Amino acid sequence: MISSPFPVLIIVVPLISAFLIVIVGLIKKSLCYPLMILSLSVSVLSSLAILNDVLSQGTLHYRLGGWPPPWGIEYVIDHLNAFVALIVSAISLLIGISSKRMVERDFPGKSAYFYCLFVLQVTGLLGIVVTGDVFNLYVFLEIASIAGYALIAVGEDGAPFASFNYMIYGTIGACFYLLGVGYLYIVTGSLNMADLSRLLPGLQSSKVVLMAFAFFMVGIAVKMALFPLHVWLPDAYTYAPSPVSSLVAPLTTKVGAYVMIRILLTVFPPSFFIETIPAALLLRWLGGVAVLFGCILALAQTDFKRMLGYVLIAEIGYIALGIGFGNRNGLTGAILHILNDGLMMACLFLIAGAIAYKGGPRKVARFTGLHRKMPLTMAALVLSALSVVGIPPTCGFFSKWYLVLGGIDSRQWLFVAVLLISSLFNAILFFRVIEKAYFKPAIDEQEMNQKALHPAGEQRDILSNGVKIDEAPLTILVPILIMAAGVLSVGLLSGKIVSEIIQFAIPANF
Amino acid sequence: MEIITSVKPLLALAVSAIAAMLILFTGERQRNLREGWTFMAALVKFFIVVSMIPAVLDGKVIECSLIQLFPGVSLQFRVDAFGLFFATLASCLWMATSVYSIGYMRGTHSTSQTRFFFCFALALHGALGIAFAGNLFTLFIFYEILTVSTFPLVSHKETGEAISGGRKYLAYLLSGAVLVILSMGITYSLTGTLDFKGGGFLQGHGSDGLLRLLFATFVLGFGTKAALMPLHEWLPTAMVAPTPVSALLHAVAVVKAGVFCVLRVILYVFGPDLLSGLHLGIILAIFASFTVLLSGMLALAQDNLKRRLAFSTINNLAIIILGASLLSPSAITGGVFHIAAHGFMKITLFFAAGAIYVKTHLEKVSELDGIGKSMPVTMASFAIAALGIAGIPPMVGFITKWTLCLGSLEAGQIVFLFVLLGSALLDIAYFGPIIYHSFFKKPVGKHHPGLDEASLWMVIPIAACAVLSVLLGIFPNAFVHFFDIATLVAKSTLGTN
Repeated sequence: MISSPFPVLIIVVPLISAFLIVIVGLIKKSLCYPLMILSLSVSVLSSLAILNDVLSQGTLHYRLGGWPPPWGIEYVIDHLNAFVALIVSAISLLIGISSKRMVERDFPGKSAYFYCLFVLQVTGLLGIVVTGDVFNLYVFLEIASIAGYALIAVGEDGAPFASFNYMIYGTIGACFYLLGVGYLYIVTGSLNMADLSRLLPGLQSSKVVLMAFAFFMVGIAVKMALFPLHVWLPDAYTYAPSPVSSLVAPLTTKVGAYVMIRILLTVFPPSFFIETIPAALLLRWLGGVAVLFGCILALAQTDFKRMLGYVLIAEIGYIALGIGFGNRNGLTGAILHILNDGLMMACLFLIAGAIAYKGGPRKVARFTGLHRKMPLTMAALVLSALSVVGIPPTCGFFSKWYLVLGGIDSRQWLFVAVLLISSLFNAILFFRVIEKAYFKPAIDEQEMNQKALHPAGEQRDILSNGVKIDEAPLTILVPILIMAAGVLSVGLLSGKIVSEIIQFAIPANF
Repeated sequence: MEIITSVKPLLALAVSAIAAMLILFTGERQRNLREGWTFMAALVKFFIVVSMIPAVLDGKVIECSLIQLFPGVSLQFRVDAFGLFFATLASCLWMATSVYSIGYMRGTHSTSQTRFFFCFALALHGALGIAFAGNLFTLFIFYEILTVSTFPLVSHKETGEAISGGRKYLAYLLSGAVLVILSMGITYSLTGTLDFKGGGFLQGHGSDGLLRLLFATFVLGFGTKAALMPLHEWLPTAMVAPTPVSALLHAVAVVKAGVFCVLRVILYVFGPDLLSGLHLGIILAIFASFTVLLSGMLALAQDNLKRRLAFSTINNLAIIILGASLLSPSAITGGVFHIAAHGFMKITLFFAAGAIYVKTHLEKVSELDGIGKSMPVTMASFAIAALGIAGIPPMVGFITKWTLCLGSLEAGQIVFLFVLLGSALLDIAYFGPIIYHSFFKKPVGKHHPGLDEASLWMVIPIAACAVLSVLLGIFPNAFVHFFDIATLVAKSTLGTN
């Protein structure tokens, strides 16, 4: 077994730098930001190296402290988590870069603590992804969650309450997960995923295992905000500070989805959730309802960020639906959607942050004329919105395509219809935003006066010159543009991503 | 069939994408340069497309595969006779429209012209992509690019009416697209491929019932774009768009793309053999006939000139589909040829309507009395094109009507012969009065003193398209061999070569 250091570097570097940031912050505040970027960059590079190793050598194993599993903790990285780790670390880096100006403005003097929590959050998420041990996963889950509660609580009015609400839900979820771990430990005496997957097939009829499974599912469903356990999400992500909502909104839920796939496919044998108990059926229904519920409630929102929150619930529904189809295409769609949705949601939340940073409106109805003020940001908004709607060649279309194929393969026509109709809901949602931002010209009082003074023929000049271009600073704009470019290129490269990575992330007999 | 690998199709596509970007970055400040990009792109594109004609006429296919999207399906461009036919038409008329739209947009002092020309170039990109797509999936990608890039053009005026027109447009077309995704998914899960094949590739897959259902979802999906009744309602509403948009997109690129896709499905996905085996051709033909007659009658009731033209468009699109669904050699040839024939004639009509609007701000048929005296060239072109649509020789419309009539006889379906003739009568009924009133009635109210044509930017494209519709009527193979290519399409899909 070749033991490369990257699986542990990806965790240890941000973990240590989280505490270094606080210490450095006491001495020189301006160093905190570079230190954070440095540690996140190391994570990105490590995850790239890991992905490279996994692609060339197959699954990586790293034994912490050299203890052999199942006694010691083992990090196991196969195609699935190498893929998810890269998504998490890359998006975190981009959001980290963008946080600079927002943090400087919103938390003057406290930036060190903010960055510390930020990096801890990322550490937790990455830890969940790379570990091969169900209990260790719980530990990282709590690190990520507690950092998340703190980060959300420092947001605007209403944030402490939203965060408290989230904390209660999150803690219950974590407890359920932990109970699941405990039950499994009772029957198998092991916490190592690979070990569990060897031991569990013989114990499928055990009531304890069934209970463990149920606890796992409920606990993870809370964490990934799967309907009907999503209630904490809209408030928490609406009131969170912009850099936080664009970090936790796309990533926490996606990592939750990863854990679900991991538990269903690796820890338990895949046939367990499809054939032995009707978990796949349940997932399909919950996913389908989540998709429609999320879309319809999003329609009712006037606040852009809150609308995105409900869209996110719908997107989680897609992933659950894909897993619930229980076939190769459906699962490919679900895993691909982890990437696609992570990208487009991060981009959209960051755009909301950029608009807020420039003192722009929160309400969609007041988006008028934004494209003249922030043309590049709005172009990115259009691209990621098209992706959520599922218009090719943006990436969102491709995951939807696999999901539809999965539905057709398993002859679940009802859910195929749900998938297709949800595209239309999303189209209404986002074209409403685009229409507001692009079409109705911005009319404020000054302009009204100007219009009254000038004849109609010269209106054009007022419109094109009246509103100054006023984009967010480069640290925010560039990450937005990178992600928007990603939305487009990931779509076109999805064939490669599926054939080289995701294909191997799904068990061969599936 | 010989296959040539070449980047030409890719180049033709890239031209308009690059032009779109250049237009965006040039912006309103240097508008002459910006319009220069449009025109240059149109020109270059046309020449690239035309340069592929000789090879295709020889029976070769030009291919260009990019990345693989998923097993069995790549992003692939494949120029066959049918695709080239549509591409030639679209790029040829883009040249005319780009000249015309400069005159129109400046004449009406329109706002956001950069967005207009950007989206226009992007729409052409989509149309050409549809033409060159080698499989359903690639086709769908560009189909959606076309749908989305046309939306800002429909809503361009940003008035309440324009915005709601744009919404309706999106609602119809995205719903159609959703059905296409479903149909594509079913097709892929049945066959594991989406590559077009002359004569179809679905034969022998799936049960008859499923295939019938699949055909219905395909036709409903693509039919929305082709404005097949009862899915036509967006088209008259979308006429709030500036006239160049109505002209190129709603007479050539968008709706023709819809028809093109329906024909691709009929001829290259299902194939004539399978369709006649399932008795689907005749059902679609009946369906299309209803659209033909009904839209002709509805056109009579429209007072808004552009709305009347829109219903005439619906009528002609259905004629094309009718031709293809008869599945006989002449009918297919006629249907395919009508894509071009109708394109040239209808664009002339729209151009004329736009010139009248720019000059006089008149939009209603009832207000056009005596306008032929002040705008003789425009109205003469209008008259030529209108008579051509009715199928009067020597205009190009006659060729298609004749070939289609032959086709319906070949298919042994005399009923459709009467449908075609009835539609010709309806054409006369709704265009005749316009021609009569504009030339032979005295203008009421506002007088048009003497000769008062629109700017040359507009008059030249109008006259050129009118002349072309006569020339193509006399020499159907003039310049770019439209008729030969259409015949080739019929041959290659019926498997007689």
